[in-house]
Amino acid sequence: MTFPIYVAPEQAVRDKAEFARKGIARGRSIAALEYADGVLLLAENPSTSLRKISEVYDRIAFAGVGRYNEFEMLRKAGIRQADLMGYLYSRDDVNAQAVATAFSEALGAIFSREPKPYEVEVLVAEVGTSNRLYRISYDGTLYDERRVAAIGGKAEVLAENLRQSWTEGLDIDAALAMGKDAFRAAEGRDSEGWEAAVLDRGNGRRAFRRLQVAE
Amino acid sequence: MSLSLQLLFDIPAPGRSFTDLLKSLGYAPSLDFGGQVKDLRPPEGTTVLALRYREGVVMVGDRQATEGHQVAHREIRKVFQADSYSAVAIAGTAGLAIEMVRLFQVELEHYEKIEGNRLSLEGKAAFLARLVRSQLPMAFQGLVVVPLFAGFDELTNRGRLYTYDVVGGRYEENNFGSTGSGASLAKSYLRANFAEGMTSEQAVDIAVGALVSAAQEDTATGGPDLRRGIFPTVLLVDEIGVRELGNDEVRPAAERAVEKIR
Repeated sequence: MTFPIYVAPEQAVRDKAEFARKGIARGRSIAALEYADGVLLLAENPSTSLRKISEVYDRIAFAGVGRYNEFEMLRKAGIRQADLMGYLYSRDDVNAQAVATAFSEALGAIFSREPKPYEVEVLVAEVGTSNRLYRISYDGTLYDERRVAAIGGKAEVLAENLRQSWTEGLDIDAALAMGKDAFRAAEGRDSEGWEAAVLDRGNGRRAFRRLQVAE
Repeated sequence: MSLSLQLLFDIPAPGRSFTDLLKSLGYAPSLDFGGQVKDLRPPEGTTVLALRYREGVVMVGDRQATEGHQVAHREIRKVFQADSYSAVAIAGTAGLAIEMVRLFQVELEHYEKIEGNRLSLEGKAAFLARLVRSQLPMAFQGLVVVPLFAGFDELTNRGRLYTYDVVGGRYEENNFGSTGSGASLAKSYLRANFAEGMTSEQAVDIAVGALVSAAQEDTATGGPDLRRGIFPTVLLVDEIGVRELGNDEVRPAAERAVEKIR
């Protein structure tokens, strides 16, 4: 009796991708959309202590879906990298692109080298003269999004819903309402709790601020 | 291996401390020259002080740095916001002290972001003591840094302040504290004028008065320079957060204090 030890790379990649996608699909989604004063991040999250959205640096925020321990490791690595760059050089030298690229490199390396890929998708947002939204998938693919972005199991439907209703110069209340509606339409049910935060240009050096959102 | 992967997996103790992260990555500077520092006279910061008032603490520092008997800088800053609810002031070797403050600021924010909540005021004060202690080899070589730390304690809802010594000893002060060349003069003034339950305006008056009083006899301390329009840095910390007074707000207090000694 013989055991096959050769697995075609195409097959291995396909299997890993399918595994990661299944893992991510089990979790809830997160949406990001630009509004008049910055970027809104909205997640469906029944927990009030385990966060999916976090501050990374002065004008940069992070959001992650999938396995908590895995995106939490990425989040911390992102904060470490940003604080390190800002301390060694200047606060102005820290940008979302560098953070997103680091996530992309790390997830790409893990996907190809490790037996088990990370079952996560992460989002990096930045406010400035022009806003930035980067989405990084489980295999390290980096997407540069405009105006709206979504990650998680229902990401595609959610992003499509947002894209259709998005308009220029939304205020925060309108942006929140639009985000909630997009979730309801994508999931076909009411939310079990929201976690929301903004990167607000008018918020001083640290643009990140958590929002209390009613049901 | 790229930095991104290193930061994910390869840190010996991937804790919550930014200072430890710097060390583990080899970025922390080695500051021990293994001998006496001769003929090296880097600029030194002089007098800073803090005192408690009804709602919080006020922290004040003069703007002068000296090199021996000469003025090195007239408008240096020695009082800094540490985070949303605390402030730190420095005396001693200015270059090292300012870098220590920068590291302290990043450390507090780093912890807050990693952990999702701020350190307690006691925790911040203890960490600052550790930073001072790490400078001990430099202190033996004559390059001394002694900070002053004050903040609003969110757990007990009151202003608190801490003084330090050169070996990293940390002492909580009840009412006021001062460090630097004019500290003993400033403290005499504060002891005579401190009262329980002052308003922030009264506290600012006394703080600036103490600085002016110290500058009377300590040549290294720079009093308010009305002619050049250089005024002490004044930071107020209360339950709303940290607020720095503008020159137009400090000027009246400085004028009153100078008028008193005329």
